[in-house]
Amino acid sequence: MIPPAAYLLQYIVSGITLGSIYGMIALGFTLIHNATGIVNFAQGEFVTYGALIAITCSATFGLPMPLALLVAVIMVTVLGAILERLAIRPAHRSSVITLIIITIGASILLRGIAMWLWGPDALPMRHFSGEIPMRLGAVAVLPQHIWIMGIVVCTMICLWLLGEKTQVGKAMRACAMDREAAQLVGIPAARMVTLSFALSGTLGGLAGAIVAPLAMGQYNMGIMLGLKGFAAAILGGMGNPVGAVIGGVLLGVLESLGAGLESGFKDAIAFGVMLVVLLAKPTGIMGGKSH
Amino acid sequence: MLHARSYRLILAVAVIAAVLPLLLPGGYALHLAAVIGINTIVVLGLNLLMGYAGQVSLGQAAFVGIGSYASGILAAKAGLSPWLAMATGVTLAATTGAVVGIPLLKLRGHYLAMGTLGFGMIVYIVLRQWNSLTGGTIGIMSIPPLTIGGFAIDTELRMYYFVAFSVILALALASNIIDSRVGRAMRAVHGSEVAAETCGVHTARYKLQVFVLSAALAGYAGSLHAHHATYIHPGTFGFQYSIHLVVMAVLGGMASVWGAVFGAAAVTLIGENLRSFQEFSTVAFGFVLIVIMIFLPAGLWRGIGDIIQRTARLSQQRRRGTRHV
Repeated sequence: MIPPAAYLLQYIVSGITLGSIYGMIALGFTLIHNATGIVNFAQGEFVTYGALIAITCSATFGLPMPLALLVAVIMVTVLGAILERLAIRPAHRSSVITLIIITIGASILLRGIAMWLWGPDALPMRHFSGEIPMRLGAVAVLPQHIWIMGIVVCTMICLWLLGEKTQVGKAMRACAMDREAAQLVGIPAARMVTLSFALSGTLGGLAGAIVAPLAMGQYNMGIMLGLKGFAAAILGGMGNPVGAVIGGVLLGVLESLGAGLESGFKDAIAFGVMLVVLLAKPTGIMGGKSH
Repeated sequence: MLHARSYRLILAVAVIAAVLPLLLPGGYALHLAAVIGINTIVVLGLNLLMGYAGQVSLGQAAFVGIGSYASGILAAKAGLSPWLAMATGVTLAATTGAVVGIPLLKLRGHYLAMGTLGFGMIVYIVLRQWNSLTGGTIGIMSIPPLTIGGFAIDTELRMYYFVAFSVILALALASNIIDSRVGRAMRAVHGSEVAAETCGVHTARYKLQVFVLSAALAGYAGSLHAHHATYIHPGTFGFQYSIHLVVMAVLGGMASVWGAVFGAAAVTLIGENLRSFQEFSTVAFGFVLIVIMIFLPAGLWRGIGDIIQRTARLSQQRRRGTRHV
């Protein structure tokens, strides 16, 4: 008889795994929001494309997993940059509503292309290193869970290094803090915006590729994932990168625990949490920008 | 007070609507026309909210759903008079709008957008999951028609006329509001909330009023939909429909009552025609949306009007020889 505490731990572990995915997606939102002030509704589609491209590379083309991941991530990074250049840049002076609609249009467009290229069915992806669960105490953990958590942690470290130790990263942060001041010291703000979209694509694509073995890849997986990633960003504090990750993990755990209670309402948890945060403390847990 | 011009335009629309069935090739076209009419009513409310008061709602489908399910549950399951069910639906939608609007409208821009989206998603999930009340994913069937005395509105033609009548009323209502003190106050709020406040415009109150009105209109449209389709299910009232409504409002042109009609018609018809090319329709839809937002952000109605005006002016200048380029 498995003690209830073990169930709890099990839910928490899968919650942290799911949450780290939400955290990556939330980071993508945060990057773009910090650079441009807009919410990128197409963020979820980056995840979709990352997953589907990785699946095609490994299953259809038979590429080894690391290569498949690399190709997927690179392609989605380029996709992010293209999106910015073609859809966002031409409208950069437009109103908030217009920009929201444009990113919504982009997400619809990308979703349509995904359905055209990969069909409507969910596609499976091979786990990175087998599907035999490992036992850590009373908790069963899949190797894929370890992969996900590990890759997310490495990504966070890389991003931190990028922001702290490289010229480009510091330039991006400067742009996010004050665009005009950054331009005054010679930082090409427009290029930083493109870069933030590209990097956001990297994060989303990687998230999709590593969660695909668990969640499968489907043309419309991005809608819910994107919305929940956004909820996570709000929970942690919009505009705060650390908050994005914490918000993601917290949301994942909450959702996991909630699903243990009443699975049909699981999806409502993320939105309920988001509403509560928006109405009670819009700056979120870590206190992001208030607008 | 309705301006004479608005009055004439609405009268013209009424005449066109009255004779339209004679020109249409039959039952399905009438069905489509009614759907366009129902969408128009929702989009009119959205137009007022987004175009005039400058707020955003990405969860409008929720109010339509509330109206639909109120009619469905009360009329079909509880056997109440369809008119009473409809009135309840509209009231429920409006009340929900008020309750949700008071806290939500304190947010701005993206946060308001996401707040309304979250609200919409929660309503959708509740409709989908609350099996005992809403029938869950199966929905509600055999919704009885509206009846006036012994006269039942149960054919496509009769439903079309009832919807058209409702649309005319809604157009008159919207035009009336826009040309009134309330309308000017709303536009002031859109222009600058701070400036409006300093002029004594109680922005919070007006924002809430417009929000509640748009919710009521959406609820009414939802009721119409329930009696038109006689079968409702939660899938209709999700995120996708909310986005489609916003697209209709934006595509047609947000600062224009006629934009609402145009947008609703355009998006509904395009969706219908591309139905057989499922993937292509989505791709085309998204592409067109992006292009129009970049080049004609004031919407198609205004945008095309502007282009026509500019071309007319250009050709006039060329003829007179006053064009300097």
